[in-house]
Amino acid sequence: MIGNDRVEVRKTHKLFVGGAFPRSESGRTYEATNSQGEFLANVAKASRKDARDAVLAARTGFNSWSKATAYNRGQVLYRIAEVMEGRKDQFISDIQDAEAVSAKKATTQTDQAVDRVVWYAGWADKYAQVLGNTNPVSGPFFNFSIPEPTGVVAAVAPQDSSLLGLISVIAPIITSGNSVIVIASMNSPIPAITLSECLATSDVIAGNINILTGDPAEIMPSLASHGDVNALDLTGITDSELQKTLQIEAAGTVKRVRSAPVNPDWQATPSLSRLRAFTEVKTVWHPMGM
Amino acid sequence: MTFQYAPAPESTAIVNINSSNDLFINGEFTPGHGTPFKTINPATEEVLAEIAQANEEDVNAAVMAARKAYDKTWSKMSGRDRGKYLFRIARLIQERSRELAVLETLDNGKPIRESRDVDVPIAAAHFFYHAGWADKLEFAGYGTYPRPLGVVAQVIPWNFPLLMLAWKIAPALATGNTVVLKPAETTSLTALLFAEICQQADLPPGVVNIITGAGETGRMLVEHPDVNKVAFTGSTAVGQAIQRQIAGTNKRLTLELGGKAANIVFDDAPIDQAVEGIVNGIFFNQGHVCCAGSRLLLQESIAEQTIESLKRRLQTLRLGDPLDKNTDIGAINSREQLNRIIDLTKSGEDEGAQRWSPDCVIPERGFWFAPTVFTNVTQAHRIAREEIFGPVLSVLTFRTPDEAIEKANNTPYGLSAGIWTEKGSRILAMANKVRAGVVWANTFNRFDPASPFGGYKESGFGREGGVQGLGAYLTSEESS
Repeated sequence: MIGNDRVEVRKTHKLFVGGAFPRSESGRTYEATNSQGEFLANVAKASRKDARDAVLAARTGFNSWSKATAYNRGQVLYRIAEVMEGRKDQFISDIQDAEAVSAKKATTQTDQAVDRVVWYAGWADKYAQVLGNTNPVSGPFFNFSIPEPTGVVAAVAPQDSSLLGLISVIAPIITSGNSVIVIASMNSPIPAITLSECLATSDVIAGNINILTGDPAEIMPSLASHGDVNALDLTGITDSELQKTLQIEAAGTVKRVRSAPVNPDWQATPSLSRLRAFTEVKTVWHPMGM
Repeated sequence: MTFQYAPAPESTAIVNINSSNDLFINGEFTPGHGTPFKTINPATEEVLAEIAQANEEDVNAAVMAARKAYDKTWSKMSGRDRGKYLFRIARLIQERSRELAVLETLDNGKPIRESRDVDVPIAAAHFFYHAGWADKLEFAGYGTYPRPLGVVAQVIPWNFPLLMLAWKIAPALATGNTVVLKPAETTSLTALLFAEICQQADLPPGVVNIITGAGETGRMLVEHPDVNKVAFTGSTAVGQAIQRQIAGTNKRLTLELGGKAANIVFDDAPIDQAVEGIVNGIFFNQGHVCCAGSRLLLQESIAEQTIESLKRRLQTLRLGDPLDKNTDIGAINSREQLNRIIDLTKSGEDEGAQRWSPDCVIPERGFWFAPTVFTNVTQAHRIAREEIFGPVLSVLTFRTPDEAIEKANNTPYGLSAGIWTEKGSRILAMANKVRAGVVWANTFNRFDPASPFGGYKESGFGREGGVQGLGAYLTSEESS
């Protein structure tokens, strides 16, 4: 070696489960490439066993996270945005590599991803006011309805929007108090791995957000039939046969299923439909009397 | 002591039952092409009428009529005018309420007191409530331009035939959808009387279609390719089958399925009121209620005393002629359901629980089951895990609030729960922790069109009633 050229230290890209970074228990990896097919990194290829481990972590995470106050959840979400802001350069470079877009476009997507987390952070202590209400029943009762988190949600991030799409899937799920197991874009997983490092150094409760890299066709059927998963977000499923299989599996425990949207526009301001999809309305009655 | 009551039968003169009944398609009563079946009075086993069975041709005709009405009339009508049709229907149900109540009791077996005071008035209230939404949907929180889904297939159970029809049809019509509804095989008559009401209201043809038949008719309806949404109330097993059937389609789905609700009584609860709530929770409508309080959780220190009070109260319940205005417990809806209750209660005894029923005379004909209480029940017993859908209560005990929550939530179901305590902070904490869609605190089995109803977990998804119930019939703010 001549001059100041330095041999760079390359990173091992691992899963993010229960707040830790395990390799796949299967020991498998696959090659992540850029859009020209050039090698970027070896990435852990999660197995069905990894998915089951993630469910266990997510349930534990749910038990704490769903009890956090709405104000606290908002702060944790905002903290994610703060940490992401500090890693913007890395996200921009990751997205450029993964999606072969210009620096300008990658910057816009990164900015929007951070801003999206801030948007949902603000919803944490407001969505129940908008989706809940009191009900004027005909009798001497006080009656109110409030949305509550559904539980553990298994999600597939969009294949083509490696950070903005990913965060647009994760944020509404956790804002209401759910836990999530999300499978990153299979071809562009590296921005998701960078995100997991942000999550690990923010105040996210261990197990609340779990990120797997690998093949949704391999991992999702076991999550769709898992008895401790409450809901599926199939946003990133592009194969309609696979989507049908997952919907059939989901019926075993009557899971809530949000199917893949048609031509989603990740740049647009979201509606409340994602928040609504993973909440349950609870209605409480109590008599009024002296 | 037992008070003697003179018989106080409600007259059936107000009801005129057709000996054979057609389907209601495109505003007309139309003969069905399947093999007709008989509907009986479960209190006497007498045949009430013959009912048409819709086959594939009839299902197609009904869906086609609903599609045409949707495209040509209903989706184009102003919300204001849609609402006025619903107001008309609400008024007609009120006007014909006694007729509906008697017919419901004849066909279903429920006490006239319940059909008269609960089922029919709340059915009318559902139409009245939803009528007012029809021209205000843009204020309901589903975006500025909420749209109907199209043709809705609705399949309902036999426990509240007219009321479940109202829960399904009123929100669907208010939001601009058209409907094909299949009532349960054993309870078609009030749905067909409702069809007559639609004619009296001059509801445009095809907006509501009623097709009678058994499970196969329901399956064909749910699978019909021109259906945009399916709404089902019934067993979890059938709900799961429907969820599988519509996989891979764009059909929207809401399910209101089974339950195994915990009714939790703390030691500071007013015991006499709690006993009334326990009785109402499980013996209302012969326990044919998906949200019935079928698992009684008693705090240990008051368990013995509460069970004694409960037994004393149950001895005053009157089982018998559903048309008698003093009857508390009517007939079981069908022999099939009676056999299921017998089978599950037998498993309770076999598994070691202790069975008790008050002395009561069981009529010779018809399907009857005495109110039954099981004590010494463990969480592993079938009678603590499976939905019995009959007048059978399983009693368990707990020591701490945490244990009560643990036991209450130890079920795949999550439809409802009851909490009895005088301590406000405990009510709110318990209500917060129990995983169920409806929580009744110091009351039980209350229903109102303004109050959303529906389950967590395997009790289904989607809500009926309230502003949340509208979401089941609207395209929500679609975006990514």
